[in-house]
Amino acid sequence: MPLLEIDSLAVDYRTSRGSVHAVDDVSFCLEKGDTLGLAGESGSGKSTLGLSIIRLIPYPGVISNGHIKIDGKDIVRLPEEEMRHIRGKRVAYIFQDPMVSLNPVKKIGAHFCELIRTHEPKTSKEQADNRAKNVLKDLGILPERINDYPHQFSGGMRQRIMIGLAIALNPDLVIADEPTTALDVVVQAKILDLLEDLRKAYGMALILISHDLSIILERCDKIIVMYAGHMVEYASSAELHKDPRHPYTQGLLQSIPNIELSDQKLSAIPGSPPNMVNPPKGCRFWPRCSYAKEECRIKEPALIDVGRNHLVRCVLYGKEGASIE
Amino acid sequence: MIIIGVVIVTALVIMTAIAPWIAPYSPIKTRIGGTIRAPPSLQFPMGTNHLGQDMLSRTLYGGSIMLQVSALSVLVCFLIGVPIGLFSSYVGGMLDRTLSLIIDAVYAFPGLVIAIAIAAMLGPGVINMALSIAVVYIPSYFRIVRSQVLSIKELTYVEAARAAGAKWHTVLIRYIFPNVIPSIVIVATINFADAVLTAAGLTFIGLGVTYDIPDWGWDLTNGRAYLRSGAWWIITFPGIMIVLLALGFTLIGEGLSEMLNPKLQR
Repeated sequence: MPLLEIDSLAVDYRTSRGSVHAVDDVSFCLEKGDTLGLAGESGSGKSTLGLSIIRLIPYPGVISNGHIKIDGKDIVRLPEEEMRHIRGKRVAYIFQDPMVSLNPVKKIGAHFCELIRTHEPKTSKEQADNRAKNVLKDLGILPERINDYPHQFSGGMRQRIMIGLAIALNPDLVIADEPTTALDVVVQAKILDLLEDLRKAYGMALILISHDLSIILERCDKIIVMYAGHMVEYASSAELHKDPRHPYTQGLLQSIPNIELSDQKLSAIPGSPPNMVNPPKGCRFWPRCSYAKEECRIKEPALIDVGRNHLVRCVLYGKEGASIE
Repeated sequence: MIIIGVVIVTALVIMTAIAPWIAPYSPIKTRIGGTIRAPPSLQFPMGTNHLGQDMLSRTLYGGSIMLQVSALSVLVCFLIGVPIGLFSSYVGGMLDRTLSLIIDAVYAFPGLVIAIAIAAMLGPGVINMALSIAVVYIPSYFRIVRSQVLSIKELTYVEAARAAGAKWHTVLIRYIFPNVIPSIVIVATINFADAVLTAAGLTFIGLGVTYDIPDWGWDLTNGRAYLRSGAWWIITFPGIMIVLLALGFTLIGEGLSEMLNPKLQR
């Protein structure tokens, strides 16, 4: 049984101007210890997808269709109290901006203490403190610093602390939502190395959400490329790197600079993501797609398997695909 | 800063408490030197008022009512305004809208008028004065707390707490409330200073304490009439006391907000 199984998930933001289908028809599985990357532009629904796994989609978002199963148990209609036991304990979430992710009036130790005692109420304060110190050691932070306040740490250290809080209870799955976007490139690499080492040491699965496809290609086994709430491509990172099929993925890869090619021209994808209240009919990418044909504007393409567990949502591959229409 | 504030307030509290032993005369005995409005002299270091009462004794005694009314009203406001504001804003929706409407309706009235109306309904007395002042100030607490919670509950660390499985009341009490305290302390300081003045106002129109109980507010309001005839001492000394009291509480407020907010610590 897979650790996480998402089946035709749809998340809507119900606003007064109409429903925004932030996530539409997303399905995938994640095994224990897997790493999955969610790539896409701002507004492509990747964060909403991440938050829906712990059911903390901000108001007015609702899961309007589909299932999210953790160890085979559907959490979409789970009572709030049971959901609370999953958050932090089974599935941990790391937010984007470490500068505001810690409560400014609580010491670092208190953050750990509260997390541990929320899920393991029998733990004494001393035991919790000791565990916090051990985690800090793993993070490369002096254990004495549990008595410091968040503002006494740098951004990179705070993000390490957030990672520490995420792994402290040894969850099965960590969702890291743009964990390094707010940090500079050198710190970014260190944070991602730390996350990878700890993930391996603790045997957790990881969902890494990023707008930066290069990070995801480097760090994840499998990749989902999202566009306007749709999964447009799903493949292993090696496969995706070698043989990107969807025009959007191709565009993303062509916009990554490569230091080995000296006279490479970087190409940008023209246009901007669609208005989600009123997305384009047919394929959501057609207004920006250089291969767009008449049929793209009419019919929404299905997600088809082009072999080697490589899924793509584009009419270009319909003829050779196995599961056309 | 907080130490100076505590020293001032404690000194005033002690002074008021031990007044019966240190006051040279009875604070309510009239025509004590045979005259009225006697200027400061060796016999009466702070002079006497228009009834011939010794101002030194009245100043020593006079803080009692102010202290009780202000402290009590701040306490009542805090215990009612803050929890309602926290809860209403955190829960949101219809409850929040209904409560805001009711509280805004109270807020629409001029403070002193509503305090007079309530004090007139309840009758004179320390507790009644405190309650009527509290009604005026609860909306301020509610609104400040509510607006603060509205912004704080959207912050990432609140979301992170929920994502870590914290109970809703833990989020409210441990994550949101401590970050609201600095704002509450500021309102409490203003509330305190205003409570002192409102208490004086209520006393003036006969809804506070009776004239035979020494009170700075009473002396201030009554002595004002004699300022033009040169009797500056009647209002000066109670006035200084009221300023000192307000200053003391302001310093405590500032110091507290510094202590509670680690970002302001050196």
